[in-house]
Formats: sequence, C-alpha cells, structure tokens
Amino acid sequence: MKSKTVLAARLGLLALAAAFLAIGLLGREHVEVFQKAVKICLECIGIG
Amino acid sequence: MPRVHRDRLKKHKLRFQRKIQLLSAVLVNGYAMGFAKGKIFTGPTKAVCVPVLNCYSCPGALGACPIGSLQAVLGGANRRFPFYVLGLLTLFGVALGRLACGLFCPFGLVQDLLHKIPSPKLKVPKRADKPLRLLKYIILIVMVILLPAFAATATGVTPPFFCKYLCPAGTLGGGVPLLLANPSLRALAGALFCWKTLVLALILAACVFIPRAFCRYLCPLGAFYSLFNRFSLYQMTLDRDKCVGCKKCERACPMAVEVTKRINSAECIRCGKCREACPTKAIGSGMDLGRKPADAPEKLP
Repeated sequence: MKSKTVLAARLGLLALAAAFLAIGLLGREHVEVFQKAVKICLECIGIG
Repeated sequence: MPRVHRDRLKKHKLRFQRKIQLLSAVLVNGYAMGFAKGKIFTGPTKAVCVPVLNCYSCPGALGACPIGSLQAVLGGANRRFPFYVLGLLTLFGVALGRLACGLFCPFGLVQDLLHKIPSPKLKVPKRADKPLRLLKYIILIVMVILLPAFAATATGVTPPFFCKYLCPAGTLGGGVPLLLANPSLRALAGALFCWKTLVLALILAACVFIPRAFCRYLCPLGAFYSLFNRFSLYQMTLDRDKCVGCKKCERACPMAVEVTKRINSAECIRCGKCREACPTKAIGSGMDLGRKPADAPEKLP
C-alpha cells in the first residue's frame, strides 16, 4: 500500500471520527451512554 | 551475582507488556469501594467509553464499555445511529489499531495469565483457524449491530445481545463480583446466569490451551479494531535487511500471525512478543507519521 494512500486513509478516518464525535456530543449521546453505564446492567451480568 | 541467579531473576522480571496490562486493569477498574460494597461507580467518567472490553457493571469500572454502549444506543428507546461511540472507537482504532487488545485490555491479561498454566498447548490447524477467525466479525455485525438495531420487542428497547448471551468479561468482571458481594442480586440469578457462567468457563478453559482464544475468534471489539491495523498511526515495522528468516517471531506470536509476511496483519494485537523473540532486532514498533508501512509487499532474500 502506498504511503499517500495510507496517509489519506488516516486523515479521512480521523476527520470522520472527529465529525462523529461532534455530532454525538451535540446530540447528547454521551448522556445516554452515561445513563446506561451508571445502572447495573442486569443482562450484562447474567441476571436477565 | 552468579549467572544462573541473574538469568533466573531476568526470567521472573515482569515484561513491559505485563506491567502495562496490570496498570491498565487497575486504572480502568480503579473504584475499589465497589468491590467491597457490591455497587458500581456512578461518577461522570462513566460517560466516556474506555478503549477495551471492560463491562460497565464491573464494580470497579470507571468508564463505559464501548461494545455495551454501542448496543445501548442502537437498541435504546431513541434507536439512533451511535455517532459518539463510533467516533471514539474510530479514534482509538486510527491511533492504535489493536494495540489496545495487546497492551490495555484486562480480559486480554486474564487470557495471557491463563495460558501460562502448564498444559499441552494446541496449534489450531489453518483450515479450522481461518474460518473460525471470521466468527468475531459475524458476532460484531449480528449480535452487536443488527440485532440491537432491528430486533422487535414489546418495550421498543432491545437487549444487548452480545452482553446478554456471550460476553465473558461481563460475567467475570461484573456478574461474579456483584453476585458475591450483593445478596439481593444473588437471589435473582437463574438460567441466564448459569448459561453465561458456562460460556465463561468454556472460554477460560480454551485460553489455557489456545493463546488469546477469545481475541482470536470471538471478540467484536478486536474485530472492529482489526479494520484499522493497516492504517493506524501505531505500526509494527520489520527491517528486511536484518531479518534472517528464522521464524522465531512467528513461533512467539500468540495470534499466529505470519510476521515476516504481514507484520501489520489484522490479527496482530501489537503485544510485542515477536519483537522480544527476534534475535537480530529486526522488528520494531512505534508511531508512524506518514512513512511507508513496513509490511508493504517485499520478498525476503
């Protein structure tokens, strides 16, 4: 794989990650993650 | 000091990888009070996903599990695209590739320690190994993405299928300590807990005989990060002028990567065992900012 392709892929993916993070934060998705993470997930621990 | 003693001390000295693994396990699960009280941490850091498979219902967990969060957002009441979680995972992937699996994952540490138990070690034949490795991608697509996103339920909220039926890290890090410390939860344990304990026991037993069996065949987070191994900033490098083709690196690799052919293979977890095994120091690793990746097709002399 040529170095330019790798560099382009990295930059593209970094830009995508930044855009996704910004959209997620603006949509308050981190609050949804927080609300799930601070309660004991009964499915995760095998209670149901 | 006599050489025999010096060698013995050197042998028992903790490897760099092990030190980082232990430090990471402590940092990620640093809420010690949780284990004593049978409760989980509820501080603000729980809004951030950690880069490793670590159940957010582990009493010590200070952050959120990325795979659990992905399913929670996809299958939650709002049913939305998980921008935030995918953004974080992509960021981790582009920066590190599967380095998180090799150095930071607490369940990876458990697997490595189990494989140290003296026993006959299995070498999975290639014809079985290759298709089995695809399982983790199927688990990622079906159990982590498709089922939580599209399965219909009466409440409109779908369960986290991977966490509920398969995840051994949730049972080991969350289920077992919580049920031991919390009698009211213990009273609720039934058939599902028996199933999850059986799955955990099978995976842990497999890890005694096959190195990193869960990472190789089942981990959906490893499957996601593997997509970035060739593009990540952190890269393994092979100096083909120094390589003598002894294949000691390939024998040391827990993931059975063909190091001399594709050093940045999707299966490489960047644990550094190949680097340590190399007698000519031909293998290196580090942040690669725009150089040509080391596994570009070149023939060995």
